[in-house]
Amino acid sequence: MTATIARGTRPAPPAGRALRRVPTSVWVVVLSVVLLLSIVFAVTFGPADIRPAEVWGSILGHLGLDPTAFGGEVLSPLRDGIVWELRMPRILTAAAVGAGLALSGTVMQAITRNPLADPYLLGLSAGASLGAVAVILLGVSLILPVAAFAGALAALLATLVLAGAAGSLTPTRTVLAGLAVSSFFGALTSLVIFWSATGDTYREILSWLLGSLSGARWPAVAIALGALLIVGIPLMLTGRTLDAFAFGDHAASALGVGVNSTRWLLLTATALLTGAMVAVSGSIGFVGLILPHAVRLVAGQRNRVVLPLSALAGAIFLIWIDTGARTLFDPRELPVGILTAVVGAPVFALLLLRARRIR
Amino acid sequence: MTTTGSAHGIGDAVSTAAPAALAASRLSFSRNGQLVIDGVDIDLPVGSFGAVIGPNGAGKSTLLHLLVGTLPVDAGAVLFDGADLLALRRRDRARLVALSEQHGDGDTGLLVTDVVLLGRTPHIGRWSSEGPADRQVVADALAAVGMTAFAERPFDTLSGGERQRVHLARALAQEPRLLLLDEPTNHLDVRAQLSLLSLVRAQTAAGITAIAALHDLNVAAAYADSVVVLSEGRVVAAGPAASVLTGELIGDVYGVRADVLRHPRTGRPLIAFDTT
Repeated sequence: MTATIARGTRPAPPAGRALRRVPTSVWVVVLSVVLLLSIVFAVTFGPADIRPAEVWGSILGHLGLDPTAFGGEVLSPLRDGIVWELRMPRILTAAAVGAGLALSGTVMQAITRNPLADPYLLGLSAGASLGAVAVILLGVSLILPVAAFAGALAALLATLVLAGAAGSLTPTRTVLAGLAVSSFFGALTSLVIFWSATGDTYREILSWLLGSLSGARWPAVAIALGALLIVGIPLMLTGRTLDAFAFGDHAASALGVGVNSTRWLLLTATALLTGAMVAVSGSIGFVGLILPHAVRLVAGQRNRVVLPLSALAGAIFLIWIDTGARTLFDPRELPVGILTAVVGAPVFALLLLRARRIR
Repeated sequence: MTTTGSAHGIGDAVSTAAPAALAASRLSFSRNGQLVIDGVDIDLPVGSFGAVIGPNGAGKSTLLHLLVGTLPVDAGAVLFDGADLLALRRRDRARLVALSEQHGDGDTGLLVTDVVLLGRTPHIGRWSSEGPADRQVVADALAAVGMTAFAERPFDTLSGGERQRVHLARALAQEPRLLLLDEPTNHLDVRAQLSLLSLVRAQTAAGITAIAALHDLNVAAAYADSVVVLSEGRVVAAGPAASVLTGELIGDVYGVRADVLRHPRTGRPLIAFDTT
């Protein structure tokens, strides 16, 4: 049906045509360097003025190396505490969460063949929110990550059972099941908030729902980075399999890909990754939806390329957005989810205007 | 581009003497409780070009999907060169059988060379990337369909005929021994149809066995060594085009009146529909 529509509609995609010829390895190296620099420089932003050389010295010192090597500086215990106990874990968490969400979004979009898919597609965000809100209201915020993760898993299970009940996990069924589960858990969350939230807890809940990295310390780094290494890195290598879906399920199957098993496996892996991220950061919107598209507009559609690049770009993006969230209106702090949308939407709109490929 | 190997094979293409490369027996498949494929047998010798014809809904596409294993058969067996195709692991089967489907959707964003590289999927290890040998296969496949100059073009900007050639190249990049084509000439102009089918015939001359689901009876008559006629999921006739395609059969299966003439130069059947 679409052959006539698709034929000869556009001469050549001008946006990023030249950029697309840049080898993937060059992109990976460039973005990795930018990521490292971002980590070091983002630490210097904040109420206490800290120089990059001090950050470098602190990193070297904590790695058991000579702090003064490569131009590093020795810093006082107080300043070292600010760098190493407050800012560094928060920035590393931001990087891991950004990478994880962007990666999950890329996989979700490819496997459901739906450009609107995001990491929260399976109702993960709604499930995590219910868990988080419940423990905040019960006054046991300490176990918040655990409750959020449990909620996310409950939602994932509900979605997969609902979507897979008819036998095969088709993209449309997956999206619709996720929608149903999201709505249901979202309604439960609203009910709980409406019924019992008061002043202080209300603020805490809102901050969590909009996403926040303000509480991120080393345990959060361990969770987010651990999930990224254990689940995210293998996901990053599934590009060829995802590419095989370019012409639909039948084509993928004829190329030797087990369509149903692949979809189950990848959806579950993505959900675990997202669940871990939501547990430490709340539901930060927009990163997982927008970054994969931004990367595709610049680097082309091959998932083998898009996966690692979105992970790197997501990490860099969230580091700077979170740095903005904690410094722009100092001493007040913005929920990072607000900024991801405020900054991400216009940037994406700009890319969209330049790109003719998405119609 | 015209091959000598199969051009003469009107009368003798499906003789029982030749060992069958593809032997599908008693294939059945039902969808939503309805029998879509009902006890279909197919026998094709190595290097022959078979055409599956029949009205819309006769089960042509379904039959191809059963042969390539993208749909599970309810009953029956498919032997290819003695090997039980349906018992093979999916990846192993994908190195033996390739399917070129008609794809209307064009918003993949991939370059032509990327699309053809997809054909290497069953050959490349799951965690490794393609090597120079794979790139060479891709280049050869593009050359075989005459699309080398288009390698770096975005797939979405190609015409219908060019896309079908690229899909054929993708299937060839799988280095299959059995090539299945689902209505490869749909939406193509005459020239593109003829050149695509000539490409397929060149492949069969090189030893690949091909089966195409075709709508155009004259195309089937001109190119296929043997024809399988499906109607409501059953084989109603099979054999060389000249003996199968008769006015009577066309009347029975399609419900139209037609005279079957002889092509003045090739001697193959030429179907003239009664449009009065």
